[in-house]
This record gives sequence, structure tokens and C-alpha cells, in this order.
Amino acid sequence: MEGTAVLGRVTWRTATVVGRHDETATARTLALAVHDWPGHVAGQHLDVRLTAADGYSAVRSYSIASAPNSDGRIEITVDRLPNGEVSPYLTQEVMVGDELEVRGPVGRWFVWIPEQVGPIQLVAGGSGIVPLMAMIRSRASVGSATPFRLLYSVREPGAVFYRDELQALSSQGDSVIVTYAYTRVTPKNWPRPAGHIDAESVASGTWPSNLRPTSYVCGPTSFVEHTTDLLIAVGHDRERIRTERFGATGEQK
Amino acid sequence: MAIISRGFAGRRSAAEDKLPPGQYLTTDFPVLSAGPTPRISLDRWEFTIDDGSNVLKRWDWNSFRELPTENITVDLHCVTRWSKLGTSWEGVSLDVLLADVKADLSYAMFRSYGDYTTNLPMKDVMNKQAWIAFKFDGADLAPEHGGPARLLVPHLYLWKSAKWVKGMTLMPHDKPGFWENLGYHIYGDPWKEQRYSDE
Amino acid sequence: MNASMNYLDGNAAAGELSRIFAGDVTSAEGQCANCGANRRFAEAHLYMQCPGLVARCALCGHVLLRFTNVRGRVFLDLRGMTYLSVEAAQQESY
Repeated sequence: MEGTAVLGRVTWRTATVVGRHDETATARTLALAVHDWPGHVAGQHLDVRLTAADGYSAVRSYSIASAPNSDGRIEITVDRLPNGEVSPYLTQEVMVGDELEVRGPVGRWFVWIPEQVGPIQLVAGGSGIVPLMAMIRSRASVGSATPFRLLYSVREPGAVFYRDELQALSSQGDSVIVTYAYTRVTPKNWPRPAGHIDAESVASGTWPSNLRPTSYVCGPTSFVEHTTDLLIAVGHDRERIRTERFGATGEQK
Repeated sequence: MAIISRGFAGRRSAAEDKLPPGQYLTTDFPVLSAGPTPRISLDRWEFTIDDGSNVLKRWDWNSFRELPTENITVDLHCVTRWSKLGTSWEGVSLDVLLADVKADLSYAMFRSYGDYTTNLPMKDVMNKQAWIAFKFDGADLAPEHGGPARLLVPHLYLWKSAKWVKGMTLMPHDKPGFWENLGYHIYGDPWKEQRYSDE
Repeated sequence: MNASMNYLDGNAAAGELSRIFAGDVTSAEGQCANCGANRRFAEAHLYMQCPGLVARCALCGHVLLRFTNVRGRVFLDLRGMTYLSVEAAQQESY
């Protein structure tokens, strides 16, 4: 059994696209049925490999958006990068029935499992919401009452992924407390001007440090560094802050 | 056997005759780095030539910029498969830097700020084949592209054109540098597609 | 804060490094051979836009690990770490 689990991570598996829907104007969720999927924990990611007819291949990593389950179906949410090589293909070309190759899941540090002691603080910058959403969905699927807060920073209201689901979750008892921060354009009558997360947004949108939460910060590198500095400045232990940096891994410029 | 992804072609355009095998044309100038961009102030910058024991020549920025320069137009070929044609640089030829250097050593290890190294045969850096370049497209070379100065050896893959170069150590035998000792070809001729050490 | 944020972190290397490491490498603890900092590999600064992967110490910038994948053969240089340590009892149970 253990041998199978080890091999499973190294091999490329065939994934069939069984569904797709748009989260925003640039982001699309793909539902994949993966042959022999070993299962995953919330926060893990997988590698997707595309191969052109002449053998040229490109590999990119995407976080799994869906909660752990045993039916071999997972979801990834891909944000289309303007000069991307893979994301435009995944968000605009891929159709239901197409096959992709995936490797994983990988990562055991940036993960949340229901056995963990809370409270839990999630901080997302842009597409960094994806692995954190898997944690939120995992919590809901097992009926966990662990206190969760999410501080979600986006450019503008239209850039929010999973809007309806987050809204529904917020309005339930035992819910995840969700706070939004807008960096470029705010909704009408928003009490704060647009801007990057700062000490004030941390003070009003996150668990106080004396509660000693475990924090997960995910997004572009500059967002993660900035946010981590802010959390440490208000007293959070560095050891209780887990980070995952997103960025283009193909060529820049 | 990999699954072919329907309709995926990647970044490449149609094959170009002027390109080495396996390369594609780009009009961008991709930035590939093994570390943070070093920020070197010009009053700290120097380029030294040593033989492993003694410093044979040293220039600071002022003395370096007093040397005669050339304007050259060359093609760049990166081992990650992009090629950029007709790039314009200004730099000092290695022939000028090596003019008074008397050493019977056949190879050199070029060293950069930020701990990158790459090895080259001396016969490939002499005779109008290599420059220490400090201007690109008429403007000062940007830090992310190797400024204040980088090595430029266009007849070999671009990993040999060490960014943020700070010196060369002459050596009697060839020794692999940063990427050469991790699977990349010791010489790196793009026209013979010498990408990897098992070629 | 690094002026040029052109790096990711150890999480991004997990897939490639799974070719060599049977267990999860992101939660492994490593010690920088240069400054002695003891951190999870997930927190290392990862440079991926070059002919290989280069992981650097988040504190001092020293190269911890270099990895290349050339035509299916992988090369790994771990000289920048004094050690890399994982929990022996770690099981991949989902």
C-alpha cells in the first residue's frame, strides 16, 4: 500500500476534463476525473503537463480547489496570465472530454487537516484563494467547528473567486468569517479606500495574535512577504505562519 | 508515452531557418535567474583576471570605461529554447582585456556577483568572440539583464554569457561551472545542439 | 523585503523533487550550511526561471539546493544544506 502511494506521486496520471465553469472574467475552474487518484488533503497542489504534437511539453503547478473526497474527482481553478503559455490554453481551449496529464498531489506543509487545533487564519492575495478554498471546503465537508477567518485581498469585486459559495458560508452559523480587501476598485459605499493590506486591515480582518492561530498566507510573492511582515509585526509567531508563493514559472518578459 | 494535448503548441512560432536546432524565435527578452538580482554600485564594481594564485589584471569601473569599446549586433540562443536575433550591445572585447596577459592557461572560469560561474576555453573568448558588455540597445544594461556588465559569448548558449560578471580565473584544465556540473554541456554549441552533458 | 520578487518557495519544487525524494520535501526541515538557519524547505526561496531549480536560504541567500532535469535524468546538489530532516514515521495517508 505504502509503495503504491510513493510511486503514485512520481507518475503522470491521465485526467479527463468532466466540467468547466468560469469563476471570473479570467479564471476558470476545471473539474477533472483522475485515473487512480490517491486522494489529497486541503492545500496540496498538482502539476499539469501539456504536450504538443512535436513532443514539446510545458509543466505548471495548480492548487487543488476541491475538498478531499474519495470519488477521484478534483477541481483546479486556473487564472489566465496575460503572457502565459499554459493558462490561456487551460482557460480558453480546454473542453470537456479533453485529457491532461497530472502529477501529485504534492506538499505536506501548506496543508490543513481537520485534526489540527485552531483557530485558523487564512490570508489570500488574488488567485492565492485557491488552496485556502480547499481548506474551507474541507472544513465544511467534515462539519468541523474549528474557528476559521479569511482575509481575501483582490483587485476589484469582479475578481473574487467562489463569491456565491463564500457568501453562503458567511451566513451560516459556525461559519468562516470572511473579510475582503480591495486593492484597486472597491464596491460602492465601501468604508475603506482601495489599497493594499496594511496594519489596519490586519487588525480588523484577522484573529488577534494572542489567540495563537495557525496562519496560511498564499498569493504572489510580494503579497506573501508583505503580509507575513504585517502579521509578525502584530505579534504572530513566524513558526505559526505557513506560506505559499504563486507566480509565473514560465519565462518572464 | 505522454498524452498529446489537443491544440497545444506552446509559445513557439513556425520554424525559422536561421535558428539553431530546437530553438524558437522570441521578440521579448526573457529574464532567467538563479537568484536575486545583485545590485552592484559602480564604485564597488571591479573585473579581475587571475590565474588561481595571482591577480594579473584589475579594472575598476572608471578604468574599465576608459578602454576602447565596440558596438556589436549578435544573436542570442538560450538553452531553454528561445532565441533573440539581432541584439545590439556595446562592450569591451576580451581581446583588449587579455592583451597584456601572459599566461599559458587554456581555460577560464568566469565568476559573477551572486556566486554564478561558467567555464570557457580561452580560444572561445579570444579573436572577436567575447565581450564584457555594459550597454544593451543603446542604454545602460539593466540589472535584471546582467548590469552593470555581463559577459557576452554569442556563439555559445546564453548560460555561458555570465550576467553580473566580476572576473575570470585562468586554469590549465577545463572545469565545469554552475550549470555544467549539474547536467549541462561543458561547451554548449547551439548549432550542434550541445545542451546537456550526455550529448 | 527583496526588491526583485522573482522567486517562489519550496512548495513550487515539490513536484520536480518528488522524482528523487520519496517523502514530502516541503515539510522537511533543513539547515543552511552558510548561516545555520533552520527552516522548513517550503519556506526556501525558489528560483525556477533558469536551466534548473535553485533554492536559496530565505535569511542569507546562500544556495541550499540545485536541481536540474535534463532529458529525464535528474541532478541534485545539496551541498548548501548541513542537513535535511523528515519525520521517519511520516505516512502518506489520505
